[in-house]
Amino acid sequence: MSELASAKSARSAVELDGVDKRFGDVLALSGIELTLDDGEFVSLIGPSGCGKSTLLRVVADLEQPTAGTVQVGGKPARQARLDQDYGIAFQQSGLLEWRTVAENVELPLHVHGVGKAERRARAAELLELVGLADFAGSRPAQLSGGMQQRVAIARALAPQPKLLLMDEPFGALDEMTRERMQAELLRIARESGAAVLFVTHSIPEAVVLSDRVVVMTPRPGRITEVVDGRRPGRDAAELEPDDVEDVRETAAFFAAVTAVREALRKGHQ
Amino acid sequence: MVAPLALGLLVLVVWHLVVVAFAVPAFLLPTPLAIAQQFVAQFPVILSTAAVTGGNALVGLIAGFLIGLVLAVLAASSRLIAELTTPVVLAASAIPIVALAPVFTIMFGSTTEIARQLVVTVVVIVPVFVSAARGLRAVAPVHGDLMTSLAATPWQRARFVRLPGAVPYVMTGLRLAAPAAVIASVVAEYFGGLQNGLGSRITSAAANTAYARAWAFVVASIVLGLLFHLGGTLVERLVTRGRPA
Repeated sequence: MSELASAKSARSAVELDGVDKRFGDVLALSGIELTLDDGEFVSLIGPSGCGKSTLLRVVADLEQPTAGTVQVGGKPARQARLDQDYGIAFQQSGLLEWRTVAENVELPLHVHGVGKAERRARAAELLELVGLADFAGSRPAQLSGGMQQRVAIARALAPQPKLLLMDEPFGALDEMTRERMQAELLRIARESGAAVLFVTHSIPEAVVLSDRVVVMTPRPGRITEVVDGRRPGRDAAELEPDDVEDVRETAAFFAAVTAVREALRKGHQ
Repeated sequence: MVAPLALGLLVLVVWHLVVVAFAVPAFLLPTPLAIAQQFVAQFPVILSTAAVTGGNALVGLIAGFLIGLVLAVLAASSRLIAELTTPVVLAASAIPIVALAPVFTIMFGSTTEIARQLVVTVVVIVPVFVSAARGLRAVAPVHGDLMTSLAATPWQRARFVRLPGAVPYVMTGLRLAAPAAVIASVVAEYFGGLQNGLGSRITSAAANTAYARAWAFVVASIVLGLLFHLGGTLVERLVTRGRPA
């Protein structure tokens, strides 16, 4: 069920080649090789300090690697950032409290100089997609944590990116909301066709969402193993939230969770 | 609501009884009743003088607010400007009003209100500058990352995150400065110049040993200060409504 690295494709969503990241004396990332295909959902999982968030930030060009290359959609990471080729969602939703929900979703388009009418229309479309159309005029402070994260996801999707970067976006939510959000995210990712690079602490979350689960270990941060995630349903035309629930109860799911857990334990030795 | 009013009433009653019982001389402390009588008798004068003092406070509040804000924005945009302005503003905050007022009165003449308004301006600049500077610095890391991910220029960062983010801080600065403006306006009148404000009436009443009358004008000054505090709080609430507390 596990395999190391994957073949590089000519036009992949993300391609990391020999990436190192050093902070002073600490080697946060060492020799990272990773490729994401278009539309692929890949999770990064590992204990604290394994560099998974750093890796995400390197892909986002929020940090620059000390060695190696990062390509996003065939371009260098910096160019991809300048062209707004990706959308990013953080653990704190990072909504601007003085803007309405719709204005928050419009933000990437506003910064990039898109006209008002077009921005409005796109924001309405996205809020419909995440199920918050009724809250367009509300302020973030009036929304629950789960709703704020949905707005953050809608915002990340505003420039119609080919790649979504998510850094433990459901970390601050309770378990039930979390599971609901996972189903929502799968639906949204499928409908938008974007590739997703998803950082998480949670083994079941990684398995239920991903095509592949990338296991990392710390000191120095490196990829030790890649495990196949849930197979059933990913290619299915419709995946309702209930289907995701059913996936959680299959033998294949348990096997994948066990495989990831063992990979994590092995990395610790 | 009842408890503070009851306490206030109790304090007034005790005050009155103590002054009467111990035959406290008027120059030390008049009775609250005497003060109230003077307040009523002088009411028209109180209104006209309060309008002058309040007017100076308002002019200085607005001028000081605008200057303090502009200085803070300039300081936030350039390290050089920050290093030049911060010590000057801090030095200004250390100068007592009682030193500024006579100096300005001599410089700008005793026949206009300009000197008083200038004193208030200087006093107001300090809290507004400090609050605004802090607000402009206080960008949440997640918002900083967000703007970087959107490839925002420095101006876009300011327009979308830093300036709107600083608004609550700036409003707090305004709320703190408002009653200070009244105090500065009253005290600035102690040092000569036109005699048409509350401060001038306080000093002239005291000079004429009309202590209850002096206190009546003091009470009027307190009320004016409270009104400005209320105004400042209202503006703060209005501008920051919709944001979390």
